[in-house]
Amino acid sequence: MTSAILPDAEATLAVLADKMRGAIAHDARLIGIYSGGAWLAERLAGMLDGEHPVGYIDVSFYRDDYAQKGLRAKLETTTLPFEVAGSRIVLVDDVLYTGRSVRAAINELFDYGRPEAIELAVLIDRGGRELPIEATYVGARLAVARDLSIVLQRHLDGGLELSVEQAGGAAGA
Amino acid sequence: MRNPQLNAAGRLQHLLTLEELPADIVNRILDTAVPFVSVAERDVKKVPLLRGKTVFNLFFENSTRTRTTFEIAAKRLSADVINLNIGVSSTTKGETLLDTVDNLVAMNADMFIVRHGQSGAPHLIAQHLSATGRAHIHVVNAGDGRHGHPTQGLLDLFTIRHYKHDFRRLTVAIVGDVLHSRVARSLIHGLTTLGTPEVRVIAPQTLLPTAVESLGVHVYHDMRAGLSGCDVVVMLRLQNERMKGSLLPSAGEFFKHYGLTAEKLQLAKPDAIVMHPGPMNRGVEIDSAVADGKHSVILPQVTFGIAVRMAVMSMLAGN
Repeated sequence: MTSAILPDAEATLAVLADKMRGAIAHDARLIGIYSGGAWLAERLAGMLDGEHPVGYIDVSFYRDDYAQKGLRAKLETTTLPFEVAGSRIVLVDDVLYTGRSVRAAINELFDYGRPEAIELAVLIDRGGRELPIEATYVGARLAVARDLSIVLQRHLDGGLELSVEQAGGAAGA
Repeated sequence: MRNPQLNAAGRLQHLLTLEELPADIVNRILDTAVPFVSVAERDVKKVPLLRGKTVFNLFFENSTRTRTTFEIAAKRLSADVINLNIGVSSTTKGETLLDTVDNLVAMNADMFIVRHGQSGAPHLIAQHLSATGRAHIHVVNAGDGRHGHPTQGLLDLFTIRHYKHDFRRLTVAIVGDVLHSRVARSLIHGLTTLGTPEVRVIAPQTLLPTAVESLGVHVYHDMRAGLSGCDVVVMLRLQNERMKGSLLPSAGEFFKHYGLTAEKLQLAKPDAIVMHPGPMNRGVEIDSAVADGKHSVILPQVTFGIAVRMAVMSMLAGN
């Protein structure tokens, strides 16, 4: 096991915002995947130029491990306060790992309408993909042992922090 | 002995009754139903959770409404749904309940939604499946005899929580034909489990089960006294088809004493909600002005009922 040296979440977020600035469509909608991605989408909306409406997605109904694990206990409600059909969308997540959550999110989005385009912004790309999915914008790349999870936490003051936990079963970021 | 509704891991395996269902599971069902409400508001009113699963609506007793809501819920989960109204087919040819079940299991059923006139029929099916090594097939009670109607109880709880938030501060009155009502029985168990301090039943003595107080409710025979200070008023359908003999003088007489009118409703709290499981007998247990009035949440109950049934089915199928 290699103990991962984690980058500072706030600094990585600034890097991610820099990469997105000027690159994303001026009217792009930011859709955060619960829960880490939702916090990031809110923060990014304030850091980027222009108006970027924020939506939230809980992919639980579309996960491919439902048959093995059942429905998670704590569900959030997907809330997209804009038309998905014809929109340019940036999906936002904290950690890109297997790609399965992103697959689920894209499937769910299409049940709301046909987007013009979907991009993906992630704070951390830790490799380990099990699906042909890549992020358009990445804050930092990191190699982490398979038995560890990278977890984004939000403090009461809104500040973000990354930590490492022992993975509980197969990770599904 | 283990609660027959829970599997070895303590997760919900069947939904047979709200009796002895732990509060954390009841709350989890209600929590899970919240995001399902918004699925109905989308372009594509479907999620893929039960894709490839086959759900049998096994109705030994007629109920178009309940069957339809289960059918919609299962279809919105992407299940294949087969409706069987058995009351008039196999059983009249002499097939037993469990033979019917075995035949449907041979057709690779994944879940049975069971409505039966006999109390305990869904339990019997669940036990039979367990005893024959087919415990992965789930059973949902959609109303059995006078015993229970747990998904109706859950949708009532969901509706109350949606409008009133905290059960621990509520006074809830259940009015009318409690004797024949499995809805009332399920709701009373659910309200008690979630810590409702004051549950009242308001009915003539002839329409109350014996020893109804043992369920933890306060009994009122006078509607005005019973409605006083209530946050929630649940009207029950007068079940004419279940009445044997003369429990009541007449429907008109019943309405006079136990029908909900705007004038009587004024005795409840100003922000009280009025519920009814449907189908309503207007002018028998509820006045049209109340049924269609601003306190009524009868139609939201129907909408929430689908979300609650989706939550139950998707929790079962994943456990």
